[in-house]
Amino acid sequence: MATTLAKADDGQRTEVSHAARIEHISKSFDGPAGRQLVLDDISLDVAPGEFVTLLGASGCGKSTLLNLVAGLDRPSAGTITTDGRPALMFQEHALFPWLTAGKNIELALKLRGVPKSERRERAEELLELVRLKGAHRKRVHELSGGMRQRVALARALAQESKLLLMDEPFAALDAITRDVLHDELTRIWRETRLSVLFVTHNVREAVRLAQRVVLLSSRPGRIAREWRVDIPHPRRIEDTAVAELSVEITEELRGEIRRHGQH
Amino acid sequence: MASTETTQDVKDARSPGEASDLAGLEAGLDALETVQTRRKPLRQTFTEKILPPVVAIALVLAVWQALISFKVVDDPTKLPSPGAVWEVLRQAWLQGELLGYIWTSVSRGLLGFCFALLIGTPLGLLVARVKVVRAAIGPILTGLQSLPSVAWVPPAVIWLGLNNQMMYAVILLGAVPSIANGLVSGVDQVPPLFLRAGRTLGATGLKGTWHIVLPAALPGYVGGLKQGWAFSWRSLMAAEIIASFPDLGIGLGQLLENGRNASDMAMVFEAILLILTVGIAIDLLIFSPLERWVLRSRGLLVKS
Repeated sequence: MATTLAKADDGQRTEVSHAARIEHISKSFDGPAGRQLVLDDISLDVAPGEFVTLLGASGCGKSTLLNLVAGLDRPSAGTITTDGRPALMFQEHALFPWLTAGKNIELALKLRGVPKSERRERAEELLELVRLKGAHRKRVHELSGGMRQRVALARALAQESKLLLMDEPFAALDAITRDVLHDELTRIWRETRLSVLFVTHNVREAVRLAQRVVLLSSRPGRIAREWRVDIPHPRRIEDTAVAELSVEITEELRGEIRRHGQH
Repeated sequence: MASTETTQDVKDARSPGEASDLAGLEAGLDALETVQTRRKPLRQTFTEKILPPVVAIALVLAVWQALISFKVVDDPTKLPSPGAVWEVLRQAWLQGELLGYIWTSVSRGLLGFCFALLIGTPLGLLVARVKVVRAAIGPILTGLQSLPSVAWVPPAVIWLGLNNQMMYAVILLGAVPSIANGLVSGVDQVPPLFLRAGRTLGATGLKGTWHIVLPAALPGYVGGLKQGWAFSWRSLMAAEIIASFPDLGIGLGQLLENGRNASDMAMVFEAILLILTVGIAIDLLIFSPLERWVLRSRGLLVKS
């Protein structure tokens, strides 16, 4: 079901159009222990409509990489090109509590320059897309964790970016809700043909969602290995195929983590 | 690089039944996890919120009356009876002067507060957002809050003379630091996540300030406004007491001073009572509801 691929091959890349192109990115921070290299020579392309998960243990710099792609931070070396400004979803819903669910979405539309007359209707459509019809006037604190993340998803979709960056968006949810949102995200991804770059430390989640899983090593973050996931949708977290590939990836991930104990 | 042809050959693999399954599951989860809140019945509000302060006031009045009745204090020039104070209030009302006293002070206070708002808000924003400005005047602004505003009355009289401008100047010096500081602490407490979320949505620079920073800082700002009003009112009373001048019209501060000059303790008590009542009333009618509304709409006020 899954095939392991070799790392990027430069000759091929120029022909492929991309939603994001990450080329030889390095990032270091000045920490208490001096200058620390967090990301080391990362190159990664995300094709239009592709769903890629970045997988890694803590300290692999996966969130840092996402921030760089989002333009919230600058790389120390290398270049990132994206097709327009990407949308970003966080682990916390990051909805603005002074606005209703609907107005949160309308603010995203407003900042994108959508005229006032169209915002309301567009926001309703987006709420319907995440199956929250009628939640327009709800306050953020009146919504459950899963509902908040769906509003956050709707707000991200309101940006009409070609690329959606997701930074462990379901990590804080309970297992049942997370499972439902996996289905929901898959459905929306296939309906909207978005490109998604999804960061997680949850192997099963990565396998369940992605077309391609990219494993990052830790300290510094490097691309360790990639897997193509050809398991047909709809996938379930308990599918044998998902489980088998997860076992393989987990072994690799554990190997990466073990290396750090040896020095 | 991984091949990038689409692999969505499975597009219609999901049956319609499965899709409605998911919708149903989601609707169930939403229903289970949504907390229903409802307003408290009026009766409960009455017994929990209104009755206790009323009883407390009644007790104070009872003790006061007892002090007079049992001749613990037997000198009306030191402690007038509640009845005498009531009589003075009633007379002022019947002569049509009571509302005049109150209005003179309240109009000054509110107008001065509005000026303070117009100055304190941009000042606070400047201190919060511009590093150099914060380093330069941030500590001074905080320090000014602890300076009793009475201290400004003598210089204000010398600079501006005995007039309304002097009163407004004293109010400004008392209230502006509170309002500005409230906004500064409100801005400081804005979660960085909101700023990052705003930036990814395209709210940078002035747009970011208007759509993200200011609304996020609102709870702190409203707290500052509340304190700013208390400072305005106190400053104004100090100014009216010290700089009482017949041409200025009689406000509550002048009333207190007049009472002292006439050695009329009932009038002094009348003035103190009115000052207290007006200060509390404005807070209860304007600032507390505003604060509660801001906090409640954000889910920051747990209904107790």
